[in-house]
Amino acid sequence: MSQSIHQAATPLLAIRDLFMRFEKRRSLSDTLAGRPRQVVSALNGVDLDVMPAETLGIVGESGCGKSTLARCIAGLNRPTSGDIRFEGESVIDLKGARRRGYNKRVQMMFQDPYTSLNPRMTVRDTLREAITVHRMREGAGIDRRVDELLDLVRLPDGAADKYPHEFSGGQRQRIGIARALSLEPTCLVADELVSALDVSVQAQVVNLLLELQDSLGLTVLFVAHDLRLVRHVSHRVAVIYLGAIVEVGPSEALFSRPMHPYSQALLAAAPSLDPTARRRAPALSGELPSPLDIPPGCPFHVRCPHAAERCRQEKPALRPVGHGMTACHFAETIGGA
Amino acid sequence: MSIVLQSPSRKASRVNAFIGRAFSRPSFVIGFAILALSIALALFPQLLAPYDPLAFDLSAIQQGPSLAHPFGTDNFGRDVLSRVIWAYRVDMQMAFFATIFALLIGVTVGAFVGYYGGIADTIFGRCVDAIITFPFLVLVIAIVAVLGPGLINMYVAITAVNWVYYARLTRAEIMAQKSNDYAAAGRVLGYSDRRIIFRHLLPNAISPIIVYWMTDMALAILLGSSLGYLGLGAQPPAAEWGVLIAEGRNFLLTAWWMSLMPGIAIVLTGLGFSLVGDALADLLRPKGR
Amino acid sequence: MSQIEKETVLDIRRLRTEFGLTERPLVAVDDVSFQVKAGEILGLVGESGSGKSITLRSILGIVRPRGRVKGEILWKGRDLVPLDEAALRRVRGREIAMIFQEPMSSLNPLLTVGLQISENLAAHTDLDAKARKARAVELLDMVGIPAARDRLGDYPHEFSGGMRQRVMIAIALASNPQLLLADEPTTALDVTIQDQILRLIQALSRDLGMAVILVTHDMGVVAETCDRVAVMYGGRLCETGPTADVIGDARHPYSLGLLRSIPRDVAPRTLLYSIPGAPPSLNALPAGCAFTARCPVAGPECRDVRPNLGTAGKNRQVACHHREQALIHFSAREAAQ
Repeated sequence: MSQSIHQAATPLLAIRDLFMRFEKRRSLSDTLAGRPRQVVSALNGVDLDVMPAETLGIVGESGCGKSTLARCIAGLNRPTSGDIRFEGESVIDLKGARRRGYNKRVQMMFQDPYTSLNPRMTVRDTLREAITVHRMREGAGIDRRVDELLDLVRLPDGAADKYPHEFSGGQRQRIGIARALSLEPTCLVADELVSALDVSVQAQVVNLLLELQDSLGLTVLFVAHDLRLVRHVSHRVAVIYLGAIVEVGPSEALFSRPMHPYSQALLAAAPSLDPTARRRAPALSGELPSPLDIPPGCPFHVRCPHAAERCRQEKPALRPVGHGMTACHFAETIGGA
Repeated sequence: MSIVLQSPSRKASRVNAFIGRAFSRPSFVIGFAILALSIALALFPQLLAPYDPLAFDLSAIQQGPSLAHPFGTDNFGRDVLSRVIWAYRVDMQMAFFATIFALLIGVTVGAFVGYYGGIADTIFGRCVDAIITFPFLVLVIAIVAVLGPGLINMYVAITAVNWVYYARLTRAEIMAQKSNDYAAAGRVLGYSDRRIIFRHLLPNAISPIIVYWMTDMALAILLGSSLGYLGLGAQPPAAEWGVLIAEGRNFLLTAWWMSLMPGIAIVLTGLGFSLVGDALADLLRPKGR
Repeated sequence: MSQIEKETVLDIRRLRTEFGLTERPLVAVDDVSFQVKAGEILGLVGESGSGKSITLRSILGIVRPRGRVKGEILWKGRDLVPLDEAALRRVRGREIAMIFQEPMSSLNPLLTVGLQISENLAAHTDLDAKARKARAVELLDMVGIPAARDRLGDYPHEFSGGMRQRVMIAIALASNPQLLLADEPTTALDVTIQDQILRLIQALSRDLGMAVILVTHDMGVVAETCDRVAVMYGGRLCETGPTADVIGDARHPYSLGLLRSIPRDVAPRTLLYSIPGAPPSLNALPAGCAFTARCPVAGPECRDVRPNLGTAGKNRQVACHHREQALIHFSAREAAQ
């Protein structure tokens, strides 16, 4: 279905009807009372194509499933059902050497600069390990490659023999990028790569990512909650709500003319730097429903100002509207397309 | 080439810095001095003990501390100082052998169940519950009673119970470390589980285990001496502190030094382990963010 | 309300807060002066280590006894600095209230929300138990908690993050404070919830004539919420002025750079302006301007001579030796793009 936008190209990653459910542990009293296990639905049927060499932004609020999606793609979580295809081949059940082969192509970068590096290993140890385990280089080539990688992410000379705690947050994220690049991947999954950094440092890391992507021809999944950054770096953007994509489309089109009421509210709520655009009323009332109990029909209907009876009954499918795809029964009227 | 050499030298300088920091702490210095002396006594009792610990001297029975016998003599005229010194060999061995196998087994088991979780973890949890419901000493005594007294059997008995404590500690530490993103990064980088557990998680989880090991060695000496006292550990006439105290128990009023001197040795050695353990706990704490 | 009616309620003069040894102190807040008028929302913006939170905490003396506060904090003409703990407590929570980033840590998890509001009412008003309960419902209603009456008996963990922050605000409002100190109140929240809380604070300030100091790292939050803004860097103020003026026409090289590092009016996927380096640590500040090391227009005197906060147009102050060069530098960059 999603192919309709990119009929010409075949997607690098094709995600189909992906579900991820976590069962919560039952307490003893729950078991005795015969209460059913509570199930957290983190992903609720995600359909998404990632095109080669594009940056696909994935935005949503906390608990919407965007990180779970990133971790499923990187192979850290095994989805409950559905499929992820990389260059046409399913990657969900890969084991051993084939799993390693896939992860060599698809690497991940993490949010927390303080826990994503092993504190007892120098930068050189960290990079050497990745290079040697995958036999990317031999002998003296290994250390040459370490220097090359550090150069690539603009870390100063002498950084190689320092430990993570000797670096600032921004520098640590660069080390994380270098580690991911050490396997010479095709695709990078960046899970909130800059959100833990100071604003003045975020731009450095974002610039680096943009440059690396262009020079190395990488495909990037940029998972973030900061709409300004997502808009800036992404070719296309997917908006995710309660574990499902509600809208996906070219970045500029989506941001200048969002079709789904949730995308509209998200954009309106995001703090803008324009003091004249002040509002007195909040952009969206109510709160995110619990992922333990996802509303029937359209998951957004409980907060949606346009909700009609149909929205309570029937879950809208992701369908072409305007420049992209939207999962809303009334996208044409609401988005004005 | 120089770049290749840089890494080890930098590591060496960090080790030096660590040692420097350790020795700037009085508690570590005192503890280290006590342990160094204890180890020296355990290794070379023949050089340091003034008399043969087993030689009877019936002309000097139960003499109080004097210049000739600083710790006095026992009811067979044996020199108590020499017996306490020779006992270092047995007791320091006890500290090591009663704990090291528990440490190795416990850390390995704890690391695996902590990393994999699931059914193995549940079964492990039940085992732990079963073992720790019994008082430690009672369980050890029961096992020794079945195996028969003696040092080796005592090691087996203590290890059989003690590994659980190491495993429990390791499991908790590994589970905490596992939630860090560097573990996830290792998986995405395609590293094997063994590599992630032993090269990444364990080095970050090991500090509290080492600290616990230090205090546990002190406890092992106490436990070993208790068993020696009860006649279940080291066997007389071998010099062992618990055995020595037991030998003196009938003469507490007339020849108090027979029990007191080995008692002081126990306390002092225990203190040494505790001080070093405490200092290490502070020193090994990872530096702030 | 017209501009003339507003009186200055808080006047901070040369505030200095230091920690550690007297001989070698860590100066977290250095020579900071600003005023807040009744009904005004002042944004205090800065990155980690800028001293923005410590400034806020110094006002209520909650940095003591570890921190030493010097200078003058004139609260309606009365200096709070020399007051002892008992006298401060009468001001704290009554005339001046504070809310924090993580409401869960400042709410007592073992007491119901109703009880906690009631407690604060008992401490600061002479209402009887029945009147307190009625007032508690009124307050919860005022901060937008649905079905307020039914939620008095709920415990903090039964509320979502956004609702907890509302509860915190309700507790703060119990004593009819004339100044609300808000320390990153929305940083832990999602954008749609952040938007709701900011609109709430704005409405309360407007309706109750309450002054607010809002500490944040997000210029967007300032742009949408605050009347005036004070930018902090390395424990010092570098620029103050009306929000629209500062955001539209910043003068200090730090605020200029910071605003340009946020994607705005730049083509997508172009490199952002990035301030080199990382925010300084408090023990490595130069004698002169704290921004020297990262500043594109710093001269030799900047390192040694502290620039004073000087007037720069109506109601505006800037602390920089090279204002003209800064403007030329950044407008030249703009022209080049």
